[in-house]
Amino acid sequence: MISIHNISKTYGSTQVLNLEELRIPSGQSFGLVGNNGAGKTTLFNLLLDLIRPTTGEIVNNEVIVNKSENWKTFTGSFIDETFLIGYLTPEEYFDFVGDLRGMNKADVKGFLAQFDEFFNDEILGKKKYLRSLSKGNQKKVGIVAAMMGNPQVVILDEPFANLDPTTQIRLKKIIKKLTENNDVTVLVSSHDLSHVTEVCERIVVLDKGNVVKDINTSQETLQELESYFSA
Amino acid sequence: MIAHFLKLEWKQFFRSSYFGKSIALKIIMGFFALYMLVSFLMIGIGGYFFIKKEYPDIDPLFFVNGFLVFLLIGDLIFRYLMQKLPVLNIKPFLNLPVKKEKLVHFVLGKSALSFFNIMPLFFYVPFSIVLIGEGYNVMGVLGWLFLMIMLVLSANYVNFLINKNNYALGAMIAVLAILFFGNKYQLFNVNDVFAPIFQSVYNFPATSLIGVALLVGLYYVNFKLLREKAYLDDAIKNKEEVAKESDLSFVDRLGDVAPFIKNDIRQIWRNKRTKTVFFMSFIFLFYGAIFFGEETYREKMPAFLVFAAIFVTGGFTLNYGQFIPAWDSEYYNMLMSQNIRYRKFLESKWYLMVVMSGALYLLSIPYIYFYGLDIFLMITAGAIFNIGFNSLFLLFAGSFNRKRIDLNKSGFSNYQGTSATQFLIIIPIMGVPMLLFWVFNKFVSFNAGVLAIAIAGALALTFKNYFMNIIEKRYIKSKYASIHAFSQKS
Repeated sequence: MISIHNISKTYGSTQVLNLEELRIPSGQSFGLVGNNGAGKTTLFNLLLDLIRPTTGEIVNNEVIVNKSENWKTFTGSFIDETFLIGYLTPEEYFDFVGDLRGMNKADVKGFLAQFDEFFNDEILGKKKYLRSLSKGNQKKVGIVAAMMGNPQVVILDEPFANLDPTTQIRLKKIIKKLTENNDVTVLVSSHDLSHVTEVCERIVVLDKGNVVKDINTSQETLQELESYFSA
Repeated sequence: MIAHFLKLEWKQFFRSSYFGKSIALKIIMGFFALYMLVSFLMIGIGGYFFIKKEYPDIDPLFFVNGFLVFLLIGDLIFRYLMQKLPVLNIKPFLNLPVKKEKLVHFVLGKSALSFFNIMPLFFYVPFSIVLIGEGYNVMGVLGWLFLMIMLVLSANYVNFLINKNNYALGAMIAVLAILFFGNKYQLFNVNDVFAPIFQSVYNFPATSLIGVALLVGLYYVNFKLLREKAYLDDAIKNKEEVAKESDLSFVDRLGDVAPFIKNDIRQIWRNKRTKTVFFMSFIFLFYGAIFFGEETYREKMPAFLVFAAIFVTGGFTLNYGQFIPAWDSEYYNMLMSQNIRYRKFLESKWYLMVVMSGALYLLSIPYIYFYGLDIFLMITAGAIFNIGFNSLFLLFAGSFNRKRIDLNKSGFSNYQGTSATQFLIIIPIMGVPMLLFWVFNKFVSFNAGVLAIAIAGALALTFKNYFMNIIEKRYIKSKYASIHAFSQKS
């Protein structure tokens, strides 16, 4: 379970995030939507302890993220291409992340086998460095790497952006599968309302750093979100 | 239209995040430029009289003409290494209603104003004025000066054409070497061959118009080439590089550190900037040769020999170590969200520096033959100091690095990542061993001085774990600041 208490982030005199209380139970698929500047990436950066909170704290499965680093063992994430090491090939990158997550070469190979369809033959064995891959293919690598080593929490920032339609559909399948047994908590942010309503049980709308909606997804959710954003 | 471009250039210059941030670096570069200009000016003014005094029976102009060919090739090599090609980023303009010709003319025209074109004028112009003052034919001198200006500008466009082609650099160095050694061993006399050519311009000023033809020709070739390239094809094609997989499983026996060492090796090998650092460290191996042979240093200032001895084995440690952890700045975010121990990350760098110092030390053994055992002992002490003290100290200093490095930019005259830290660290790295040696050499003996350096290095190595703990804490403390700084692109 992830619980967020009184977390806020201020740059100079601008407050970019201010959340009083937010609890994300284990195994929930949690969607974060909001216009540019709503604070989505800021929240994810705080969850990953990449920036320091101005006030408050985040507890990830009983670990206070800015006090201890133990959350790293069970949290996988992909924010943007700065999470990739450009001069490695995808295979080397997976091996590296696998190494850090206690997987040996055979484990990594077995793990990657289940993503054959997702990779669509564009990632492995191509003799290309990550820096030479297209944005979409880089994203595929980052997303899959975030799921290595059986994490209990997976954080994906805008995973659908830059992916082709086929891959978007395959990614939705992967995320659904990840959460179907309710043992992995998945946090996803997206600008695509239909994707996010399809894969997430719960959707939180941020606006200027504040929670303005907290919805348990139902048949009407997409409609509700569309009318909110067109207002 | 041109006014628009100029305005954009102006904004680009003053709004780049690089501007203003590294004032210290700018000032140092500024001093360097000023130094070059003043030197050229002095040679320009004093050159005539100096040549007249040293070689009273040769006409100074004729003398200069004889060496012009060296000057011109030297200028090209200097440009090749230092001059940045002024690429106006034309991509955003390609879909706007601007004629491509205009873009290309602007890029080419702008390059004529480069510092590298202005610098030689600080020699040619005062030299010409002195010539006129000394009663040379005014038209002749002006014609000669005009040709020189044309040649300088031509060199500018030749540099465009060679465009960092390594074969061209090799060819230029070969020509320079042939001319130099041919001259030295009397195979031919460069003076006799080339001086009359330039001398004839003085005698017949109208011939200087050949320079105009040369310049126009080169400009035209450049224009054609660049006009052809004003498409995105090249930008896209560049990315086609074939990955070379490398089996580094021999590193695995190092345990926990292995994944990081593998990465570091691949990083060094697969990125331009780090590769330059790697190769430069072998060039530093020869650094000692400049100092060790000089009697002045050996007798009067032996402490300076320590300076050279540190460099012989320290080329890699110093050049690579000073930018830790900025080498990993591109993906620092990712490392910080992974389950890694900082210790392993740092230790991997430490291993690299130690292994490279050791390898360079083995390669430095021939110094015994050339400069004797004393010098080699000094190099040995330097190697121990590099391994023990400098590698740890550089790791420590690295926690103050706050400048991002883009790995794939060329390493020559690339100061990205440089800040005041890089200048401050020189003090303990060079100062400590020099001081140690100086004190012990003065009051005890040469051997005691060498031994003192070695002991200092060995002590640091003995307490490595203790120091590593301190270093690790420093890094953890500066984590957020580093993450923030490394994500700032300039």
